[in-house]
Amino acid sequence: MNAYEIVMKSREKGRPTAMQYIEKIVEGFIELHGDRRFADDAAVIGGVGFIEGKPVTVIGIEKGTDTKAKIEHNFGCAHPEGYRKAMRLMKEAEKFHRPVLCLVDTSGAYCGIGAEERGQSEAIANSIMEMIRLRTPTLSIIIGEGGSGGALGLSAADEVWITETATYSVISPEGCASILWKDSGKVAQACESLKLTANDLLALRAVEKVLPELQFSDEFFVGLKAEIAQFFAQKRGVAPDRLIEERYERFRKF
Amino acid sequence: MNFEDLKKFFFKKPKNALEGTDEAAPQEAPSTEAVIPEKLAEKCEKCGKIILSDEMRENCGVCPKCGYYKKLNARERIEICAEQFEELFGEETSENILDFPGYDEKLAALREKTGERDGAVCGRATIGGVECAVFSMDYRFMMGSMGHTVGEKITKTFEYATENRLPVVGFVLSGGARMQEGIVSLMQMAKTSAAVAKHSEAGLLYISVLTDPTTGGVSASFAFESDVIMAEKGALIGFAGPRVIEQTIRQKLPEGFQRAEFLQKKGFVDLIVERKEMKEKLASLLKIHCMEADA
Repeated sequence: MNAYEIVMKSREKGRPTAMQYIEKIVEGFIELHGDRRFADDAAVIGGVGFIEGKPVTVIGIEKGTDTKAKIEHNFGCAHPEGYRKAMRLMKEAEKFHRPVLCLVDTSGAYCGIGAEERGQSEAIANSIMEMIRLRTPTLSIIIGEGGSGGALGLSAADEVWITETATYSVISPEGCASILWKDSGKVAQACESLKLTANDLLALRAVEKVLPELQFSDEFFVGLKAEIAQFFAQKRGVAPDRLIEERYERFRKF
Repeated sequence: MNFEDLKKFFFKKPKNALEGTDEAAPQEAPSTEAVIPEKLAEKCEKCGKIILSDEMRENCGVCPKCGYYKKLNARERIEICAEQFEELFGEETSENILDFPGYDEKLAALREKTGERDGAVCGRATIGGVECAVFSMDYRFMMGSMGHTVGEKITKTFEYATENRLPVVGFVLSGGARMQEGIVSLMQMAKTSAAVAKHSEAGLLYISVLTDPTTGGVSASFAFESDVIMAEKGALIGFAGPRVIEQTIRQKLPEGFQRAEFLQKKGFVDLIVERKEMKEKLASLLKIHCMEADA
């Protein structure tokens, strides 16, 4: 598959969304709503549950599966409330020494009047800053689109993993082609140039692990669940100061 | 040209008066480079009137006819706000990490044109007698877009300030993350944020000064992670650019949307300052915070 085909695949209908990952991976999930300030943004779902018997907080950007759900979840484009909800849940996880799993799938944070009025920049900026100094283990997995700041807001983690046909990019290839080359016909070229595929990202050390998708079979989810459990088990004994220092170094290298 | 203009031209005010203070001029560091005026007069981008370049410069780049704020480059900005400045990390430079088409040529052309290696100037400065670390972004370098070099220099500025227990004043100007460096640019948002967090946890002050424009990845990282957010009058500040929003929502945006005044009204900006009073306001804020920190 070339980069353009991978970009199309990352957005494909029928691809499992965050909620489906949660159903397959998290036992006894209880969803927690709202940012305690303005609203409950359905583009970001979050809550608590268990992975292999250990408590965990899970936050995901949800695109929705059918038309009705897509509209309800705003196609996975979060408003500031979504990031503030995520931050609140992360702080709650920190208080109870629970690891945090983020499932990222968004074309980007929402661009609109309300989002700007309520401080989209401030919400993402502080989500990054809070997450980067969270005193509990964190893991982000990009499961579809990793669109720019909207994805990074939930990806300032100890490790970032990506499934093999997901992408992570500073800008959408469409945006890049139109801004840089003023030519919407150059999208395929932008897909290549941006180096946004899982393997490119691994080479650039922007992700630690590429997960084979196995057509999103049960085998995929069983394997993924085991890997997540193992990752958190390794991190469980690490002192918070060391977690933060290692996370600092993870991002410092860029 | 009327009499007032002539008078201003022939009887120039002393520089410190124009910086908004009548106190004795702080000992100015002799400029290392001689300022050679490129031209005698220039046209205001807004009203189109011809203004003497000296007058424009002395007015901090504000058009004396219509009040339009001309963009200042990174060094000009530091010059109007700091009485002393010593550059740091000037050796940092970018390369074409992703082998992005056309990027090498673009970088080479901009370096040639501006004499700068990239879009940020950083160092140690004195503002109103208070020692601080500063960074200042440059519109001439791809509208202050942040790639590896800009991110690295700003990160180093915060690390330097943390180590030397200095406050940071950051003059922000950016269209966002730099596309040509792809994911590496996006990672600069996290890298700078981590450095800001460390500096903050050390109990040190960070004032961000948002100037026109502050958008995208820069706005969604260190621009909004400061203790005090100052914005220059009229500056465009937002996550998405107005054109992108108009295309997304298919409607025209209201007048004044995403301007500094709008953001203050919505609760995201602490204070709006005019360019001429910027130095004085920064000096006061630095004094108030740094005194308390030492008490």
